Amino acid sequence: MRMNLTVNGERHMLEEVRESESLLFVLRERVGLPGTKNACEQGRCGSCSVLLDGMLCCSCLVPAVQARECSVTTVEGLAGQGGPGEEDGPDSVQRAFLDAGAVQCGFCTPGMLLAAHNLLRHTPDPQEAEVRQALAGNICRCTGYQHIVEAVLLAAEYRRAERGALVQPDGAP
Amino acid sequence: MEFLLPRDRQEALELMAGRPGTVPVAGGTDVMVGWNMSRGLPARALDLSRLGHLSRRRYGEGRYRLGANTTYSTLTDELRGELPGLAAAAGAVGSRQIRNRGTLGGSLGSAWPAADAHPALLACRAEVELASVRGSRRVPVREFFSGPGRTAREGDELIEAVLLPRPEGPQLFTKVGRKAVATLATCSFAVALWPSTRQVLTGVGGADRPAPAAVAEAFLAGQLAAHGTWESGERLPDEVVRHFGELAAEGAVLGDDVRATAEYRRRALSVLARRSLAQAWENYRTERHRCA
Ligand SMILES: Cc1cc2nc3c(=O)[nH]c(=O)nc-3n(C[C@H](O)[C@H](O)[C@H](O)COP(=O)(O)OP(=O)(O)OC[C@H]3O[C@@H](n4cnc5c(N)ncnc54)[C@H](O)[C@@H]3O)c2cc1C
Ligand code: FES
Ligand code: FES
Repeated sequence: MRMNLTVNGERHMLEEVRESESLLFVLRERVGLPGTKNACEQGRCGSCSVLLDGMLCCSCLVPAVQARECSVTTVEGLAGQGGPGEEDGPDSVQRAFLDAGAVQCGFCTPGMLLAAHNLLRHTPDPQEAEVRQALAGNICRCTGYQHIVEAVLLAAEYRRAERGALVQPDGAP
Repeated sequence: MEFLLPRDRQEALELMAGRPGTVPVAGGTDVMVGWNMSRGLPARALDLSRLGHLSRRRYGEGRYRLGANTTYSTLTDELRGELPGLAAAAGAVGSRQIRNRGTLGGSLGSAWPAADAHPALLACRAEVELASVRGSRRVPVREFFSGPGRTAREGDELIEAVLLPRPEGPQLFTKVGRKAVATLATCSFAVALWPSTRQVLTGVGGADRPAPAAVAEAFLAGQLAAHGTWESGERLPDEVVRHFGELAAEGAVLGDDVRATAEYRRRALSVLARRSLAQAWENYRTERHRCA
């Protein structure tokens, strides 16, 4: 079947999508964005996490058909969303992952970044327990999670600083 | 495989009626696991995700009506105050990713014996609204799970909504799994207090089918009536609470599987039931005092 899909702001007209195909397959094989990872195709590892119309989900469990006319954000769409001076570079969450050493093999990283984004959008100043809860659906086989949790807390800090920088010109104390 | 995309309720029901074996798809969290493993694709699937009437929620005449597409995240984020028992169960489901997509209708459609929503629906006196071109009907959830792997839903019927009365007292859900979070239940237990009818209702997950702990409920009702405990609001004797737990575990048809042995389940279930009742009753007593 034919369907429209907007990925990271860009509209795609897709042809001959099979009815049983997942959104994950469409993103990787038809749109050509391999950042979203495929590890289990059972919803258990979270490495395929994307935002579908702003909602965090496992793209391996979304029938592509159900994403017709929807808007998807993948890891490729995160860079440049961080705030002032970040139009091209990594966004604040990505920077925090690098700075905290939260990436080893990197396979879980795209999904972790999306889950972290989702958390910080709804809970800008999370407690450590909230971070762990928010990442419960994302498995990492390398890091032991500690650095990832620290990275998300650091990202929250970066964002606080950015917010501060934004209000200062108006004469903050 | 064909993916049918109905535009409205009528079209959906007609497609279900005209084509036996059509598989409805709501959030897809269960069906896609099968499709990805190439475990036999159905000849026809039917997309429910764009049917507005299945997402609607309303409250009237003392009852909540939740459209079948209501997700676990909606229950935890928007209905925690109104429906604490069901919201607690929804919060115990999988991960945020799964809760964002998984629906009540899908849970009832799959009817997994260990699914988290079912015990809560049982304790919370839920009814399931089913519809087909032949008409609509309501089935109490206690009759919906008609046997191991079986439900009261006919092949041409869609689950359209879940109806729940406004809570009258404490409602709790607890679960034991192999991990603290993002794990299927080894067993689970829900309890809800209904002071107006003097009932303590329950639901058990992890047995051969979702079912109330009927023998335990009857025992407790007898004890509470005999001692006028609803009226006095006294503490429950330890031996009553313990026996309630034992009966809840004995009444469930438990088996061995990859997650646990039947023996482990029996033990865990009796502990969950005992603790849940003690906590719920304590909350009820405190609440009563505050109101008095
Ligand atoms: C990784 C993972 C973890 C999970 N963890 C848990 C957990 O901890 N606890 C838990 O309870 N569940 C868990 N689940 C199971 C799953 O999320 C639930 O069963 C979910 O509620 C299914 O809803 P859905 O909308 O995604 O259903 P779908 O996959 O769309 O459908 C499921 C079934 O119901 C039928 N169906 C759907 N809607 C209707 C309708 N309106 N009328 C008639 N039939 C319908 C479908 O035909 C299908 O047979 C997990 C699943 C995964 C993949
Ligand atoms: S590939 Fe989707 S959750 Fe693992
Ligand atoms: S860094 Fe290797 S899986 Fe997480």
